[in-house]
Amino acid sequence: MKYLKFLIPMGIFLVLVLFLGAGLKLDPKEVPSPLIGKPAPAFALARLDDPAQTIRRDDLLGQVWMLNVWASWCVACREEHPLLVEFAKSKMLPIYGLNYKDKPLAGQKWLSDFGNPYTASLSDLDGRVGIDFGVYGVPETFIIDRQGVVRFKQIGPVTPEVIRTKIEPLVRQLNG
Amino acid sequence: MAKRFPQALLAALTALVLACSMVPAWANEAAPASADPALEARMMAISSELRCLVCQNQTIADSHAELAVDLRTQVRELLQAGKTDQQITDYMTARYGDFVLYRPPFKAATALLWIGPGVMVLIGLGALFMVLRRRSRMAADQFEPEEPDTTR
Repeated sequence: MKYLKFLIPMGIFLVLVLFLGAGLKLDPKEVPSPLIGKPAPAFALARLDDPAQTIRRDDLLGQVWMLNVWASWCVACREEHPLLVEFAKSKMLPIYGLNYKDKPLAGQKWLSDFGNPYTASLSDLDGRVGIDFGVYGVPETFIIDRQGVVRFKQIGPVTPEVIRTKIEPLVRQLNG
Repeated sequence: MAKRFPQALLAALTALVLACSMVPAWANEAAPASADPALEARMMAISSELRCLVCQNQTIADSHAELAVDLRTQVRELLQAGKTDQQITDYMTARYGDFVLYRPPFKAATALLWIGPGVMVLIGLGALFMVLRRRSRMAADQFEPEEPDTTR
């Protein structure tokens, strides 16, 4: 009985430490996407470089592709961009850009200034397609498989570590 | 001079406070974008149940984040298209998950969230009850006189 007086608070303390410790590793800004495992939302958007051409979701079926949501006003995109340019050189998969709520001219200038890793960028002028994809923190990156199903989502800038540990193995598996 | 400065400052502050208090409370709310006040009220009712993902402790009704403004527009348009409240909530959770709901549905993943606080209260009450019952059964000489509370 004497031990209990000591052990119970100690036990409660340890449980609390475990919960708080786990909480430190979670990022409340990263909300799990309900889209994972579901078909990517349908869209039909004009190309940033040629608004006369429209790209639809179904045009991209049959290949594993990446959708990177970016904007010229987005500071974190600038940080992410060199990495995407580098990654695009590996030609591992086509990268499509979703130019989210941007002015087309500003977006085009951004690409000519910093390099263009995208197979094509799509103009989401009013952000509707962004909402359909559950975008809330640009940049965001999705990997979509051959059947058009969303398999992965990165919220915030892609890092070399994310590419190495998550994107590359997943794309290899999907193409495998 | 040294004495007059605080007075001037006080006057300036008073003027500032008065000026601020004259701004009506509704100035913080989003300007109605629809002529129909009933629809606008429904839009606000629905969006005050939805969490803004950019500034997570605000509702979509309160937030000035651009995404929140867009989502309010979206709610308004869905209402104009004749969707029910439930359909609009489903629309939001399909895109952003249960996280957008301030009142998430009860299911396996959220059971702890809903039951947790009640369970904690029960554990606390149970522990209190057991301690009190044990103490009430103890004879007076079982309490430790060498540790009076006053020494703590």
